[in-house]
Amino acid sequence: MDTDVKTVESTFRSRNQHLSFFFDNATVLGVLMIAPAVIYILALVGYPLVLAFIYSFSDITIGSSHFSFVGLENIQMLIRDFDFKTALYNTVYFTAVSMIIVLVLAKILALILLKDFKGKFIIRTLILMPYVAPISLGVIGWLWMLDSIYSPINWLLQHTGLFGPDFWPMWLGKPKLAMSAIITVHVWRMLPLATVIMLAGLTSIPQDIQDAALVDGAGYFRRLFQITIPMMLPIMLVAVLFGIVFTATDIIIILVLTRGGPYGSTQVLVSKAFYTGIDAGDLATGAATALFLFPLLAAVAIFMLRIARRAEIA
Amino acid sequence: MPEVETRGIAKHFGEVKAVDGVDIVSSEEEFLVLLGPSGCGKTTLLRMIAGLEDPSSGDILIGGHVVTHLPPRARGIAMVFQSYALYPHMTIYKNIAFPLKAMGMTKHDRDKKVDWSATMLGIEHLLQRKPRELSGGERQRVALARALVREPNVFLLDEPLSNLDAKLRTSAREELYRFQKDVSITTIYVTHDQVEAMGMGDRIAVMNAGKVRQLGKPDEVYSEPADTFVAGFLGSPPMNLVETQDRIVGFRPECFLPRQMHEGSSDVLSLPFEVKRVENLGADRLVYGRLGELFNHAAVIANLPTSFTNYAVETNQSYDFVVPRNDVKFFDIRTGLRAEPIPL
Repeated sequence: MDTDVKTVESTFRSRNQHLSFFFDNATVLGVLMIAPAVIYILALVGYPLVLAFIYSFSDITIGSSHFSFVGLENIQMLIRDFDFKTALYNTVYFTAVSMIIVLVLAKILALILLKDFKGKFIIRTLILMPYVAPISLGVIGWLWMLDSIYSPINWLLQHTGLFGPDFWPMWLGKPKLAMSAIITVHVWRMLPLATVIMLAGLTSIPQDIQDAALVDGAGYFRRLFQITIPMMLPIMLVAVLFGIVFTATDIIIILVLTRGGPYGSTQVLVSKAFYTGIDAGDLATGAATALFLFPLLAAVAIFMLRIARRAEIA
Repeated sequence: MPEVETRGIAKHFGEVKAVDGVDIVSSEEEFLVLLGPSGCGKTTLLRMIAGLEDPSSGDILIGGHVVTHLPPRARGIAMVFQSYALYPHMTIYKNIAFPLKAMGMTKHDRDKKVDWSATMLGIEHLLQRKPRELSGGERQRVALARALVREPNVFLLDEPLSNLDAKLRTSAREELYRFQKDVSITTIYVTHDQVEAMGMGDRIAVMNAGKVRQLGKPDEVYSEPADTFVAGFLGSPPMNLVETQDRIVGFRPECFLPRQMHEGSSDVLSLPFEVKRVENLGADRLVYGRLGELFNHAAVIANLPTSFTNYAVETNQSYDFVVPRNDVKFFDIRTGLRAEPIPL
């Protein structure tokens, strides 16, 4: 009897020995489970990043197999380049202005959506719509709406009398208007997510705190600026951090709407890197342009995280 | 300090009547407790008095003035919330100074006031800390200091002790009671804990299903309950309620004792009691059992002090228990309200 049991047990053990080596061993299984993610990140993020770093210090182009290190020569050349300076300025301007508009609008929308009113469901759906639409299709839609001849926006504004009969702005054809158009479309696109984040931040403030402030005699603006916004600050900072990184590294809107024009007035660093490195084949300069923002964005990230930690609430 | 009055105040959430026509008048400097099970409408009533909730109908008066449609800040009230609702991003100093700042007081006056209220509650050493660095008891004091600092006409307290552990709660109860007597501010205190209500209230309003069932002094609501709900809600274990003829007969477990313990009194109601189970709780012995034929063998509880040692109670034995006749209360079997006694 006793021997029978042992036989069964040993058979079972030998049959599952290979599998149990993987599944019962935390170290092996852990490594095995995390491996796909690590490989994915290394292959698709790490490897290109290292490659970009190497390229930015070299003279590599698409057209030849020649490769030699040139040190900081690319960077020095870029700093002297007028177009580069414009693109850098545009990047900062585009990011800052659209982030401020998004923040203010998202905050207002979130405050509205927090209240109960008729038709709230429809408003909420409409606000979230841009987020669920494929972005390239959405931007193509905007391209048509901002068309220099057939713009329905101009048509509408002219027929409602807001624009005079001879006033027909070329949204994408004039430097200042083009930047405004880019910012508008970007705000349209970022607003849904920012609103949802703000709404989450607002609802995370306990009702008791709002009530206490009311009883303590605080008016609307005192509550907004001394209670609501400070308590939402950590979550707002996270939203701003992602917003900045996302806005500064995005290319799709510019690629579809203006291709950086007119006269480079909407060219940002990422689009310039794309046109220089991929379209024009100057891989080295393209890589240097793209990486120029790397230390800047890293600094932004560290700064934001530090503030977020300091403002952390109980 | 002015009195608080509600006149037919009601709050309906759709079909649900959270508060259903409540008339209460608190007298000056009184500690009035709103007591009731969860969902009875006591917090909603308090929030309406605070101005945080609009009543569906009725009026609220503070110091004789109708304040029904005034915002909270114009009512001269201060409130302490169950969660204390301290502002987590501000220091304790800023928390206490917040209402003063909203009043537009100068920095100099603010400092003086904060000092005064912090000293009163013994939290001067905590002023530079943040709420998250404080213990539950300290947070409660900060909440009280913040309420006190404006020198309100009325204090509204919403279960301020329920977040404290049992041991701290007893001392906090004592402190809170003293504090209220010291500052002599009319206080309305919401709780579901009958011990807090009995121990602190000058008067208790027992609420159920949006209505005030009884308003009276603690010993009044305890010994002369207005209906079967109050009788069953107060006391632990609650009043024994048994049916006979067209009445519900009620008597407290601690009045339901062996004949020997009532030897002096002659006017007693004799009730044969068949013991089913005995629980020894330390100070008390709870004896569960059934009455005789007259009450249809209804289940009742007797509460014997453990100090009464020379009386053995065995299970499945019948004993001669008695209740003094003036401790027997009668209720109408249909309405549950107090009714004329019937001969038993």
